[in-house]
Amino acid sequence: MLTFLSRRLIASVLVLLAASYVVYLLSANAGDPLEDLRTSTARNKEELIQQRIHLLNLDIPAPLRYFLWLGGVLKVFIGQFDLGRSRSGQAVTDLLSSAVGVTVQLLITSTLLAIIFGILIGITTALRQYSGYDYTVTTLSFLFFSLPSFFVAVILKQYVGIGFNNFLQAPSIPWWVILLLALLAGGIWQGIIGGDAKRRLITVAVAGGSTAAVLAFVSLTGWLNNPSLGIVVIGLLGIGLAFLVAALTAGLANRKSLYTALTVVVIGLAIYYPFNAISDYLTIWSVLGLGVLAVVVGVVTGYLWGGTDRGISARTGGITAFLVAFLIAVDRFMRSWSNYATSDIINGRPIGTVGAGTPNLSDVTSNFWIEGLDNFTHLLLPTTSVLLISLAAYSRYSRASLLDVLNQDYIRTARAKGVSERAVVMRHAFRNALIPITTIVAFDFGGLVGGAIITEIIFAWSGMGKLFNDALHLVDVNPIMGFFLVTGSVAVLFNLLADLSYTALDPRIRVAV
Amino acid sequence: MTIPLSPQPPLHEGEGDADRNTLSDDTVLDDAIGERNENAIELKEIEGLSQGRIVLRRFLRHRGAMVSAVLLLILIIVAFSSEGIQALGLHIPGWWKYTYTHIGGVVDGGRPTLSVIPEWLGGAGIRWGEHPFGQDEIGHDTFAQVMRGTQQSLMIVFVVGVVSTFIGIVVGAVSGFFRGGIDALLMRITDVFIIIPLLVLTAVLGRTYGNSGSFVLAIVLGLASWTGLARLVRGDVLVLREQEFVDAARVAGASNSRIMFVHILPNAIGVVIVNATLLMSATILTEAAIGFLGFGVQAPDVSLGKLIFDFQTAFTVRPWLFWWPGVMIVIIALTINFIGDGLRDAFDPRQKRALNRAARLAKTEARAKARVAGKS
Repeated sequence: MLTFLSRRLIASVLVLLAASYVVYLLSANAGDPLEDLRTSTARNKEELIQQRIHLLNLDIPAPLRYFLWLGGVLKVFIGQFDLGRSRSGQAVTDLLSSAVGVTVQLLITSTLLAIIFGILIGITTALRQYSGYDYTVTTLSFLFFSLPSFFVAVILKQYVGIGFNNFLQAPSIPWWVILLLALLAGGIWQGIIGGDAKRRLITVAVAGGSTAAVLAFVSLTGWLNNPSLGIVVIGLLGIGLAFLVAALTAGLANRKSLYTALTVVVIGLAIYYPFNAISDYLTIWSVLGLGVLAVVVGVVTGYLWGGTDRGISARTGGITAFLVAFLIAVDRFMRSWSNYATSDIINGRPIGTVGAGTPNLSDVTSNFWIEGLDNFTHLLLPTTSVLLISLAAYSRYSRASLLDVLNQDYIRTARAKGVSERAVVMRHAFRNALIPITTIVAFDFGGLVGGAIITEIIFAWSGMGKLFNDALHLVDVNPIMGFFLVTGSVAVLFNLLADLSYTALDPRIRVAV
Repeated sequence: MTIPLSPQPPLHEGEGDADRNTLSDDTVLDDAIGERNENAIELKEIEGLSQGRIVLRRFLRHRGAMVSAVLLLILIIVAFSSEGIQALGLHIPGWWKYTYTHIGGVVDGGRPTLSVIPEWLGGAGIRWGEHPFGQDEIGHDTFAQVMRGTQQSLMIVFVVGVVSTFIGIVVGAVSGFFRGGIDALLMRITDVFIIIPLLVLTAVLGRTYGNSGSFVLAIVLGLASWTGLARLVRGDVLVLREQEFVDAARVAGASNSRIMFVHILPNAIGVVIVNATLLMSATILTEAAIGFLGFGVQAPDVSLGKLIFDFQTAFTVRPWLFWWPGVMIVIIALTINFIGDGLRDAFDPRQKRALNRAARLAKTEARAKARVAGKS
């Protein structure tokens, strides 16, 4: 294994080196780095030109200049990482360190959501193959596949961002919109749940009716300007989640698991008021700590319920605890919403379309919940635009992969020996379907870093994409190389991870040592 | 690029996996009979046809692909006939009264005159008008510009498709056929290009060659996007070269290049065509993306991506300048994607299309008849 790893690593580094040489030559020849100075009318033109030539070593031809740059990179081994300077004299390492954080924030959120929703959609379409729902999703994913990312981003910015902000001025939803959304929800749910005509009608009625009721409530009470869930809704949602998690992870026949999940919900409700009392003093780390604590409590609860399969109960408890804690946190965020949206700095237009955060917000408040909301409102649109496109791909992958597994003989065997449909899908099919998905996701993530360029530019995030774009317009080689070094290393790293996860997940695959 | 966009049918034609275990023995038997009948019908239909005819038949029956093909064809004809062709010293004027460089007076703030709502419904009537897609702020006719942009984008897509398919086939075939050192070398070169994000590579190349005209740009983009195809072809060739017909050809005295290009490649043609199509639909998005960043086709020429780049700030004032090129990009990408899907279904007999309603009815009837016949 170790030989395999080191061999792969060395090969990857060599490939990365060769690729960096190619990128260096190409970008150095992409244009004239002195263009603006040559056409300038400044009196000390010659001096400025000489200055820049000296700063960027432009007197050395590019194929050799690369090795100067490489020398700087290799200094990492003696603790002096040096990626050269940009045209304006800033160190590329400084430029990168601020840009990487911004991009990572965008990518992690959107990728995580894309994976979760993509797999969910993939599973449901695979289980309801050839239904109207399946065909609708297929057509939609074709459409999203054919949408240029800037098109999505600009439309989102214009209609969703600015339109929603306008809507928030007087948030009442017209009755025909409620009706349409209710019908839509009913249609989607009956597609997923399926069954005969009667069952479908009931599904449409229940799903559509509850959607309409919730929307009417939201519209009539002005909930959007002053949102919260409250302990009752959290309780109801929590019980629903408890049943769902128990049904999916252990099956409702396993009573201990169900009781664990319900106990966890009760514990969550019990700490609801104490938590809200102390919540103003929390920082990001204490909130994360509380989240971990919640999961631990869930696991312990499951363990204490005991029984022969306490491991499964513990898992159910942990998942439920995480979800309930998430609900409570969402509720707390919602309670900060009206403070946030009506504050002077936001002024009733909360959905951000420019930048990664409201400037000067930290001068006004350092409350974790307000800052979190600010992050959320600025992440919402860029994340959605990255999400929509990768979602289409992931849902197709997981659908194909699950269908592949469902046609295997061992699935037929499992069904033949009377295993319940839940266990067949969740335990036998889903787990095996995850193997190819994992590797594809790891592989994709490496390439995704380059794909956020356009989204960043439209929403004016000063991340790596913008760094690259600006540098390329100016033919500023060092920042381009800095950008490539990061994306290239991430790609190499994740390709390696993809290989490793494949061998780890699928014992049939043995590494040739 | 290799994502299976079409629903993959299960290996046997069950109505769905969930209700399979509720079928009684009787229906299972009927199912088998129905299936056999159906297969017999299909076999009879394609009896005596060559592989190419079978593929063509399957493709022509794919509704989405056929509709898309017709739509794309109409778009190509309109784009090239309206603005005429100006290339290689050739100059054929089109039927549209404005050229993409023509500057006229701005009429009605440049609003589009195209209207599809009849007067009796409160609209302006169905008319084409002077500037159907509107005008920009200095008086260019948007219809002329969008048509010219469509021409350029289609040309780029086509050239990229040809160039990258050619390189991909040669690299993949040589690599997979000879294996060993050549394979290792070629695949490491492929790795080098794969590791550079496509958008980055094309943007850098576009920055360099954008000024040299769109044809040069297209060739250069083609030189950058062959890697995926090369890997796929290599994979196919690696499998095919172990087949018995290759041994037979070798025993008969065929040379390496003959085996490679006459015996092996025709068997890999499905993968090539399908992925070349999908590559082309990805290219239209790539071209638009680098155009949007300002690294694509440069003025005075236009492409769809460049139009959007030029007018992205005009979105609030003149939204039609943004919408029309965007819609064209979506239409082209969508139609090519659907055609690619149809081709995949046609070439890959394992991925049979879902039965349509008529076929399903026929199947049910056949089953009922078989049941009657069985009981009597």
